[in-house]
Amino acid sequence: MLLKDEVQMLRRVPLFSGVDPTKLKLLAFTSDRVHYAAGEILFRQGDNGDAAYVILTGRADILVEAPGGQIKVAEVENNSIVGEIAILCDVSRTATVKAATSLEALRISKEHFLKLLTDFPEMTIEIMRELASRLSRTTMELTDERARARKPD
Amino acid sequence: MEKGLTHYIWTHTRKQQLWILVIVALSMIPYFLSFDLPKQIVNGPIQGQGFEGEAARQMFMRIEFALPFVGNVVFFPGLELNRLEMLIALSMVFLALVVVNGMFKLYINTYKGRLGERLLRRIRFELVDRVLRFPPSQFKRVKGAEIASMIKDEVEPMGGFTGDAFVAPALLGGQAATALFFIFVQNVWLGMIAGVIVAVQAVLIPRMRRRLLVLGRERQLTARELAGRVSEIVEGIGTIHAYDTTNFERADVASRLGRIFKIRYDLYQWKFLVKFINNFLASVTPFLFYLIGGYLALQGRLDIGQLVAVIAAYKDLPGPLKELIDWDQARQDVQVKYNQVVEQFKVDNMVDPSIQKVSVEETAALAGTLAAVNLTMADDSGARTLEHVSVQFAPNEIVAIIGGAAAGGDALAEAIGRTVWPESGRISVGDRDLYDLPESVSGRRITYVSSDAYYFYGTLRDNLLYGLKHAPLRDPVYDDAHLNFRAWEKDEARMAGNPDYDVHSDWIDYRGAGATGPDDLFQSVSSVLDCVYLTKDIMELALRSTVEPALNEALTQHIVGLRHTLRDELDKANLSNLVVPFEPDRYNIEATVGENLLFGTAIGEELVGRAIGRNAYFREVVGRNGLDRMLYQMGYEIAENAVELFAGLPPDHPFFQQLTFMTPDDIPMYQQLLQKLKGKDFSETTDDDKHKIIRLSFAYIEPRHRFGLLTEELMAKIVDVRLQFHENLPDGLKGAIDRYDPHSYMASASIMDNVLFGRVSHRQADGPERVRAMVIALLSEPGIYDEVLSIGLEFNVGSGGRRLTQVQRQKLNLARALLRRSDYYVFNRPLPALDSRSQEQICRNVLTLVRDGENRNAAVIWVLTNTSLTDLFDRVLIFDKGRLVGDGKHTDLADNATFKELVS
Repeated sequence: MLLKDEVQMLRRVPLFSGVDPTKLKLLAFTSDRVHYAAGEILFRQGDNGDAAYVILTGRADILVEAPGGQIKVAEVENNSIVGEIAILCDVSRTATVKAATSLEALRISKEHFLKLLTDFPEMTIEIMRELASRLSRTTMELTDERARARKPD
Repeated sequence: MEKGLTHYIWTHTRKQQLWILVIVALSMIPYFLSFDLPKQIVNGPIQGQGFEGEAARQMFMRIEFALPFVGNVVFFPGLELNRLEMLIALSMVFLALVVVNGMFKLYINTYKGRLGERLLRRIRFELVDRVLRFPPSQFKRVKGAEIASMIKDEVEPMGGFTGDAFVAPALLGGQAATALFFIFVQNVWLGMIAGVIVAVQAVLIPRMRRRLLVLGRERQLTARELAGRVSEIVEGIGTIHAYDTTNFERADVASRLGRIFKIRYDLYQWKFLVKFINNFLASVTPFLFYLIGGYLALQGRLDIGQLVAVIAAYKDLPGPLKELIDWDQARQDVQVKYNQVVEQFKVDNMVDPSIQKVSVEETAALAGTLAAVNLTMADDSGARTLEHVSVQFAPNEIVAIIGGAAAGGDALAEAIGRTVWPESGRISVGDRDLYDLPESVSGRRITYVSSDAYYFYGTLRDNLLYGLKHAPLRDPVYDDAHLNFRAWEKDEARMAGNPDYDVHSDWIDYRGAGATGPDDLFQSVSSVLDCVYLTKDIMELALRSTVEPALNEALTQHIVGLRHTLRDELDKANLSNLVVPFEPDRYNIEATVGENLLFGTAIGEELVGRAIGRNAYFREVVGRNGLDRMLYQMGYEIAENAVELFAGLPPDHPFFQQLTFMTPDDIPMYQQLLQKLKGKDFSETTDDDKHKIIRLSFAYIEPRHRFGLLTEELMAKIVDVRLQFHENLPDGLKGAIDRYDPHSYMASASIMDNVLFGRVSHRQADGPERVRAMVIALLSEPGIYDEVLSIGLEFNVGSGGRRLTQVQRQKLNLARALLRRSDYYVFNRPLPALDSRSQEQICRNVLTLVRDGENRNAAVIWVLTNTSLTDLFDRVLIFDKGRLVGDGKHTDLADNATFKELVS
């Protein structure tokens, strides 16, 4: 896969859809193209976050460590980004990401990612929008949970 | 050391000085004979005195003396010679005298030179010896560079002076006195005049020179301080950069140089003024002779002959006199230097030489317990760091010391380690004072480790074994030539008062490391390296090292074999595409275009770096195949891409890290170049532009840069050109490239690259780390591990060990201590640079090693940084504010107030 194909893929990632193609090309060029076989780990819960990954082809499972063992909480497919939270707010990885199929990804280092955000405000806004929607979703879920918890009283 | 330099020289070279005086006296005989001879030649054979008549002959070399009581004795009857024969004979004698005089001079000068050099060697050694015996506190006050400058530069003139210390005044004084005496004999009045002027010179000039001496001393001090400051700048360069104080340092150095300049300029002014006055006085004497002598002659009180003789004799006076005054100047100068230096090296409480006496015998284990008795320690300001502490450490006891920072435990450890001397009280071993024991006992049976270890410039191995080099244990085996040299070396050393230990002996105390000899030392080394987790670091150093295949044949062959093994291992682990191997007839997609083309490491200057673009043979091969046009096309597209991607970015943008084939500064240049070359055909471009463009293609790696420029056709062409390039390589270039050959070791590449023999795929996550781990595993197999680790141990640690990280330095420090078999190990917070988990782990390892290691049976006194490890120890001492506040088993200390505080 060539740089220009990667740019095409990146444009389909909602986060980058508003970004100028030449800048996406720069992002693709400065990122590492990495390949994972099925079952390989992109990163583990609790590790220090040093990069975000854009999945170009393939699928990955998002797993969370629980007392009973790993629980799969979500699945991500091509054109999605994973691992961005840990590099945005300097917390350790909140989940483990494991390749479910053979997987191609762009590895964007923390330094480059943050630099992109300062250089391209449209990306920052996109990120904020995404985070806000996640927040509202979790808030809603929390409200539901609480309401459900109160009912038995 | 003796108080005055003259005294010092006399004490150490008395015999030689007397001998040289005798030789000088002897040399006077041919010297004066050669003065007389020209007169004889001129008067005799040339002018014909005594050869009146045709067949007149004279006796040559007749030696007869009229001895009292015996009468006339003829020692040599002489030869009868005619005039011409006499001329030849006398001229020959003249020639012989010239040679003899020359030989005397040669002998005297060489002898004096050697005398001076020996004395210089003696002084220098004595000074270094004193440094080795300084009490520890002294080193807080002195700067290393200043000491070095004293030993190296300041004592240097003393050597030169030594030869002349006694000979010169005797000789010159004699000459001057003779001339003066002669003048006196001719005429008392003129003699008085000459005498008065000489007296004035002798009194005035040294007086004026006193100022010179003061300036000389100042010059010496300022120069020494400058040396100290320069070394401070070198050592403190990190701090200087960090705080942006370079200009402050510049100002300081400039002002010092200004002062030195001023002193030196003053010095010159005075020196030449003194010289002027000296010359003036010397020339004013003849003036007086002419005036007064002439007046006396006019009066008839002095005849003309006498006056001429006086003036002639006076010619011989100023020369020796001037030299004598110069000698005196030199004497005072070196005297001042000597006093200056000796003062710096005169220190109270110097370690007695007997304590440091070399001992080749194995020292017996310490008898009795180690105990501090009423021990009080103080820091430089006089504040007490330890107050009246008495404590005992039994042999084999494993003791922890805890307490806050500067609570006193570290002071106790320092006292046992002899790095700080007690203020009062004592440390005893059995019934003896630790400080009275020879260092061959205290420095071997007790091992002290703190965090501020020093490393000597040299290899890791040298530093690791440093703690074992107490005495020259085994003489090296020399051949005859070396034996002679060694004998000479010993003689010379003795004559200069130096010890004659052979630095080339085997100094390593193998038994002290638990080994029997060089062969099984490695086991001890390996186990201590494992203990402090340094093995992996050293393996990594080895991986990055290059080795000479001729010297390590077995190893390099094994490594070539490992290439195959690595391939198999990768296949087994399903990682075969993690490494793309170099194959002579295939393009390596993970390597650069340049590497693929050259297929080897350029080592000769003809092919290294940019030179390759100018190499005629290389250009010819590339051009013949039309590859230059293709690479130009490729380079052009790379330039376009790079300019498109990076044109708007500031030069310090982090994205530039990924741009491997250009620097940010190149971007504008290529922008212009692209415009200039747009639409032009390859044939229309200049050589220089071609070069700039083609250069870009050389660094291109398709999977990394992903511009899609590498077609099958191009790859095939590159491989084709590669083969042609190597096939017809001219002899002149054969040494310039180390070709990738699957069956031989590449001397110019690291061990890692040699095992790999290929490039790690850019597309595998963590590829390099995984491959590295596999290679280390392969190299850690028995049979090869020792050798690889040995190569890692050859790593040069640099000045002060600065090529190692701080963590590595502290680990190495612990390792070299553990290598020694001692009765007591004192660890004074040895690993502060490590994270607490590693510290704990290493502490456990060390205690296991000391407890269970073969015939160790040692005691450990460990000053801990925290309390979490106290349960590993037999006994715990708690210090607070310089006092011992708790002593007992770990389990008994739960109630101790200070312990509670430390735990919380």
